[in-house]
Amino acid sequence: MAINRILVGIKRVVDYNVRVRPKADGSGVMTEGAKMSINPFDEIALEEALRIKERGQATEVIVVGIGPSDAQAQLRTALAMGADRAVLVQVEVPLEPLDGARVLHQLIVREQPQLVMLGKQAIDDDNNQTGQMLAALWDRPQATFASKVDIDGDVVRVMREVDAGLQTIDVDLPAVITVDLRLNEPRYVKLPDIMKAKKKLLEVLTLEALGITPRHRIHAVRHDAPTPRQKGVLVPDVATLLAELANRGLV
Amino acid sequence: MNRILIVAEHDGSHLNAATAKCVSCAMQVPDAQVDVVVLGSAAVAAQAATLAGVAQVVQVENPANDSQLAAVLAPQIAALVREGYTHVFGPSTTFGKDLMPRVAALLDAPQLSDIMAVESARRFRRPIYAGNVILTVEVEADEQVIVATVRTASFAEVPRDGSASMIVSTLQVALPSHTRFVSMTKANTDRPDLQTAATVVSGGRALGSAEQFKLIEQLAATLGAAVGASRAAVDAGYAPNELQVGQTGKIISPQLYIAVGISGAIQHMTGIKDAKTIVAINKDADAPIFESADLGLVGDLFSILPELTQRLSSR
Repeated sequence: MAINRILVGIKRVVDYNVRVRPKADGSGVMTEGAKMSINPFDEIALEEALRIKERGQATEVIVVGIGPSDAQAQLRTALAMGADRAVLVQVEVPLEPLDGARVLHQLIVREQPQLVMLGKQAIDDDNNQTGQMLAALWDRPQATFASKVDIDGDVVRVMREVDAGLQTIDVDLPAVITVDLRLNEPRYVKLPDIMKAKKKLLEVLTLEALGITPRHRIHAVRHDAPTPRQKGVLVPDVATLLAELANRGLV
Repeated sequence: MNRILIVAEHDGSHLNAATAKCVSCAMQVPDAQVDVVVLGSAAVAAQAATLAGVAQVVQVENPANDSQLAAVLAPQIAALVREGYTHVFGPSTTFGKDLMPRVAALLDAPQLSDIMAVESARRFRRPIYAGNVILTVEVEADEQVIVATVRTASFAEVPRDGSASMIVSTLQVALPSHTRFVSMTKANTDRPDLQTAATVVSGGRALGSAEQFKLIEQLAATLGAAVGASRAAVDAGYAPNELQVGQTGKIISPQLYIAVGISGAIQHMTGIKDAKTIVAINKDADAPIFESADLGLVGDLFSILPELTQRLSSR
């Protein structure tokens, strides 16, 4: 029996190729005019959900975003990749991870998916929190850092990339899976699919409609550039390198 | 008075060094009592009790904790925190990253990830945008509990000459059975651990093949060093993923880091910026890694590596 539907989180972030810098007054980061993309880990989560559906193991893939109106562009891209429909919960001020998880939890109540797939972290705030928080609020299993996902009935076997190596766990559905880089390589979007995606349903909701009042409990005080390392010296050959290392007591 | 609970990371018999670094971070919080919870054996709890600065070690013994699954550990930790802790810290390792947000959600508490500096009991610094920006954050004064993961590369281990009191907790918490451990494939354990080794030798894509990557392993063996790899080398299949150093791999702070055939992409540099001494060996004199290296050697790694290994082993 196939999974009814998979919910996939899609976050709009500054493209990974853009080198982000803090503003001179420390009040934020310079993102004006920067290329925006789907968070790369979320793209991998979507690719996996689409493959599960294409294998006949799921019937519907819904992409959900939380962000500004402009985040519709990333949801359209996700629809062009093959998602069936999209939901944007429109917010102007970014939510903290726990509020993001509360929003996703409300969408779960609404859509009743058996599987939720998210990127392991977003490459802007690098929090790596939302999936685990969602699993806790939902009181369901979490499988983070997934590098292999096999569905067998109502159990998913997930291989996880952990510090010590590769861990394999079984989780009962419904469950939350957060994905790591090596799970798959996302497909490229083809032009006809972009045209088709324009006709797919993209619903826009408000936090009020979901009954959520955002809390802002963590305040950004200052944004700084990292302290650069001092540039060192070039040595001419291996013998000099070893002599320098010996001087410093390192070999 | 701040009461900080640190979640110990261990493998069933040994305390992970990351725990001693979390204690070091917690000791920087003003007016704090630092306790450690060990969800594991008395032997591990005894090791935690030697960490300097720790007031009390709470041991929770339960066969359900053998696999250290987040869904099983989190409700127990949340129950302990509710007994009156103001902060709960775990290491920013895959163990802590998996576990701590689940604890935070159960407590309805805000979490700060990857804290690298303590400015006050509520104000911390953390990297965002892959380390391109350092963000100072402050948690609102009326929040009862702050959950955090500690960027272990930013803190030294505390010495192991303490003698904390030890208690065994009898937590009564309902635990889920929806998540089950199946197996663990461990990395090669003959070598020093990448995250705690004093010296690390890393190879990049320029090694060209898994066969040629053995040159890195030979140098590491001669130095008694751990082996690392850039993401490009891992993606090319020259080295297994658990050896990956960088933003999407391990963040490390060895005394000596030798980067061979690694260009120095920002995501790699994020993983080694706390290394004491960085040595770069690369044939491209314009490679960005030379901007951050303490010692650089421009040349062909296929002649430099054997010479380095040979000279070191004949010492």
